[in-house]
Parts: sequence; C-alpha cells; structure tokens
Amino acid sequence: MVMLDNLQLLFVWAPIINVQVILEGIFVGAVFALSAYGLALVWGVMNIKNLAQGDFVIMGGYLALALSSANVPLPLILIIVIVFMFVYGWGIYALMIRRILDQDMFVSLLATFGLSLLMQQVMNLVFGPEVQTIDMELPNWDFFDNMVTIPSSKVISLGLAAVIALTVVIFMKKSRAGQAIRATAQDPRAARVLGIDTDKVYAFTFALNSALCGAAGVLVSIIWVIQPFYGITYSVRSFAIVTAAGLGNLPGVITAAFGIGLFEKYVGMIIGTAYEVAAPVSILLMVLIWRQISMKRNRQVVR
Amino acid sequence: MIKKNTLITYGGLALFGVFGPIIFPDYTLSIAYLWMMVLMASTWDILGGQMGYNSLGNITFFGAGMYISAIVQVTMFYDGGMAEYTSAMGSIKPEFTDSEYFSGLYLGIICAGIGALLLSLIFSTFMFGLRGPYFAIGSLGLAIAAAELTITMDYVGGASGISMPLFPGEIEFRSTFFYILCFILAALAHFLLRWLYSTQFGLAINAIRDDEDKAEAMGIPTLIYKQIGWGIAAFFMGCIGAIAGNMAGFIDKEVAYPIPTFGIFMVAMVLLGGKGTLWGPVIGAIIFHVIKETTWTYLLNLQWVALGLILIINIVYFQQGLMGWLQTKYPEMFGIVVDESQKTSKSEAK
Repeated sequence: MVMLDNLQLLFVWAPIINVQVILEGIFVGAVFALSAYGLALVWGVMNIKNLAQGDFVIMGGYLALALSSANVPLPLILIIVIVFMFVYGWGIYALMIRRILDQDMFVSLLATFGLSLLMQQVMNLVFGPEVQTIDMELPNWDFFDNMVTIPSSKVISLGLAAVIALTVVIFMKKSRAGQAIRATAQDPRAARVLGIDTDKVYAFTFALNSALCGAAGVLVSIIWVIQPFYGITYSVRSFAIVTAAGLGNLPGVITAAFGIGLFEKYVGMIIGTAYEVAAPVSILLMVLIWRQISMKRNRQVVR
Repeated sequence: MIKKNTLITYGGLALFGVFGPIIFPDYTLSIAYLWMMVLMASTWDILGGQMGYNSLGNITFFGAGMYISAIVQVTMFYDGGMAEYTSAMGSIKPEFTDSEYFSGLYLGIICAGIGALLLSLIFSTFMFGLRGPYFAIGSLGLAIAAAELTITMDYVGGASGISMPLFPGEIEFRSTFFYILCFILAALAHFLLRWLYSTQFGLAINAIRDDEDKAEAMGIPTLIYKQIGWGIAAFFMGCIGAIAGNMAGFIDKEVAYPIPTFGIFMVAMVLLGGKGTLWGPVIGAIIFHVIKETTWTYLLNLQWVALGLILIINIVYFQQGLMGWLQTKYPEMFGIVVDESQKTSKSEAK
C-alpha cells in the first residue's frame, strides 16, 4: 500500500517532512487567500458569483510573465499588474457585470463562466498553451540536513501576499471608500439614500477584486507554473474557501484558505499528487453536504 | 388536440431527420451531434427551466454513462477482463462478431442509462438540500470531482483512456447507424417530456420552481419530484453518453467530462431558446449548433473566442431567449390573451 508507506514516512520515519508539507500548505494558502478574499468581497457586496476568478489570476500571471521578459523588476511588475487588472476589472464591470446585477443569481454564474471561457481562449491564442513560469534565479534555503527545502521566492511571495492583504484590510476598515463598500454591502438602498453612488461602489469593488486576483497571479507565476487553462482550479478553490468560511467573514476566509492549502498538500503527500486537484472540490462538496445535514436538524415536517 | 402548427413543425423535423443525412451525407455525424444537443438541452430544461434547479453538473451522467457502457461492452465478450484491456492501451483489438458487438452495444447503452439513473438517485440524497446558486456550484463541483476521480482509476484506463471496440462494418454505415440511434433517442426524450409536462408532474415541478416552500406546504412531495426529474435527465444523459463514446471511438477524461464545452453548451442552448418551454431547448439547440458549426468552419482558431462571446452576449443581453421574446412580442400565438382595457387603464393610472 502506497498510502500506508507515505503515512509511515510522514509520521514514523521522517516526521521532519511534515515541516515541509506544512510550509508548502502555507505558501499555497496565502495565494488562495488573496483570490478567495476578492471573491468573498464581490459575492458579499454585489451578490455576483464570479466563476472567472481563476482566469483573472492566470491573466495576472501572464502579464507578469510578459513584463519580466522585458526585465522589469518584481516590485514594479506587481504595481503595474495591479493597476492594469484594476482597470480591466472596471471595464468588465461596465461592459457586462452591471447588466446582470439585478438578475437571477444563476445568471451571474453563467455569464462569468462565459467570460472565463473567453479569457482562457484569448490567453491561449496570445501566450500559447505551454506551461510557463518566471525564473527569478533566487537561492533555495535548506534546513535539517536537506530534508526541508524552502525556495526564497516562496518566502518573498508569502511576504508580499501578507502586505497586500493587510493593505486591503486596513483600506476597507479605515478609508472612506472602504466604508462606502461596507455600507453598500449591508443595505444598498439605505446607502443610496445617504448619497453613496452604489454603481461606482460596485464598479470599484469588482475592480478591486480583479486587482487582488492579478496580484495573486503574479505570485503564482513566480512560485509555480501558469497555463491558460489552469484558471478553473483557482476558481473552484476560491468557491470552496468562501463557502467553507461563510460570507463576510474575513478571518474565516483566511483560515479556510490556509486550511485548504494544508489539506491539499497533505492529500497530495499521502494519497498521491493525482488527487491534489480533487481535494478542494471534495472539500467544497463536503461543506455543502454538511451544511445541509445541519440545516435538516432545524427543519421539521409536520405530518 | 394537437395544433396544426405543431404538426407542421414535427413533420418538418421528421423530414429533416430522415432525409437530412441522405441529402448531406458528409454532415451525417454533425447532424447526429445536433440531435444529441437537442436531447441534452431538453433534459437539462426539466430541472433548469421547469423546476428552477440550475444544474451545471448534468455532464457527470454523460461521462458516467460513457464509462459504464465501455465496461459493459468490453467485459461481456472479452475474456481477459477490463483491467487487461485498458492496461494494453488499445493494442488489444478483440474480434467481436456482428451480433456480439451489437448486443454489447445495446446492453451497454441501457446499462449506462440505468447506471446514470442510480447515480443520480445517490447524488440526489445530498444535492437537493442545496438551493439556488449553491445547487449550481455543488453540481459543478460534482462534475469536476467525477472527472478528476476517473483519471485516478486504473481499472478504466486512468489518464490514458479507453479505445472502444471497433465497429464491424463499413465507415458510412457506422455514421448512419449512430445517427439513427441519436435521432431515435432525442425523439423519444422529446415525446416523453411532452407527455410529462402535460401531466400533473409538469404542474408539480412548475410549482416547485415558483415557490418550493409553498409547494411543500401544499403537500407536494418535492424531494421525490426532484429525484424523478433529475433521474429522467440522468437516464437520457447516460444513454447519449454511451452513444457518444462509441461515436468518438476513444474515451478519456476530456471526451467523457466536457465540462467547459457540452456541460455549458446545454445551458446556453436552453437560454438561447428560452427556458421553461418545451420547444425553447429544441430551437436553441438547433440555432446554437448552426452557429457553432459555422464559426468552426470559417473562424479557425478563433472559434472558441467566438463561442465565449456568443455565450456572454446571449446571457447578458438576450436572457429571455427566443421563445420568451416571441411570447412577449406575439402573445396571441401562444394562446395568452392580453387584456388591452386593463393595460390602458393601468398606464392611465400612472
């Protein structure tokens, strides 16, 4: 049994490997947290379920790739991609999201799925179907007799993710625009009465989500690989995280992101990497099923 | 009972169904795919349009049916067993006689339908507690999970797929044969749905769409109705999956679980035609297929971009669909009487 061997390896022979798996999980989780937070924002504020979330991530990655081949330094890449994706998100909002705001919730799912299809194909045409990555040529750090290897690029990306997340959280809490977004999420009608231009708030929220995804994409292109069709896995993970955490629950989103990152890495380690993609999907299904069982307890049929 | 227009439509479709492949022999398989898409759209509409449960995961049954029929067809007359057949990666070509092949195929299609039906019953125990967008996301997750789990199963070939048993007989006869199967199955599904929507079942699922809680309060056993609806869709999706697998000749994850293509096309077709109507999915599928084939032919490399654009424009700008548009434009055609006096008095009141 491969599974038992792996379990023994993890917990009996070389428990130090756990450190590696946990660190990998944290690195993965940090990137997921960014895109999941964007999804939670859009979902909570304007009730749009953006299935193109993952494609925004991949698009950010490709932009970073194009910029890095022009020898632009990393901090500048990050800023350019964030600005570009912000504008792009605003454009997408003006072109299609505005028209489906007050529609059936399923319509937003389908329309963004169409967007996802379109973006995948355009990226495929522009950048080609190859798997690509940015090679930063940064050193790897080894610990515990080379049992644990940490690429410094991953540490840098973790730091960047933390900085971006903190900035957004402080922005939402302190700034006037952040307050407007939260007010609109609570009660759009009241916000409108009090003089908030909700249409602008929605556009800004969607653009912010797009920028967050773009930033996550830059990190993905540094520490892993990108390919035009990898987007859907990020979308599904974001959905799994947000569904698990519940809407409007920021600490929950971050915890769930790290949790799913860890779960995915442990599943990959113990059962095999082939199951790594299925892991977040099965978590999503399990959360939905569990929710239903817990709802059933409250539901009583009078006969 | 049946109106004249309906009879003419059926006559036209039947004529096209019979003579289409005779007049355009090069397009036989393409028309076969047309009937397949009509079937997919019609069965999606049971839940999506009539019941208000938008599923993005009906394609799960398509793939499941494909694999079930492959297992049945291979193991029935091949002694080495499934694992040996798939591990040889297509180098084993067992010689099936005509009768062996066809009995295997028919049994495979029926088993695929029944297997998909059973799967839908299992899934429905936990899926139908989800409502609205959660059902859509959950069913999409179901389809992705099924696809990912299939490639880890070595018994059915894993990621390298299965090559289906070879069709005995000439290549022209092969496409005609599968064409007939698709046509019959689509017609069968259509008439079954036509009958179903005219019964109490149709009213009950419409009640679920309009207000599930009230429907339940009125004493409609909603779960059973939902299970029946999804079960019918699953049965036909399984059968058509089995046929599609044999038509393709080779199945793997991409062929069996085409989530971004057929999985979404069937929803787009229903929306294009107008959901919640009997004819909407049929018309939508025909228009969509024609658009798809034209873009495929004339916009090489850009066909997917064009499809994505069509999908977005369709959903964002043209939601009520063709039937919905016709209904608001010419309500008298559908037997809906607009009371003009009411209408004017209302506008005067404003």
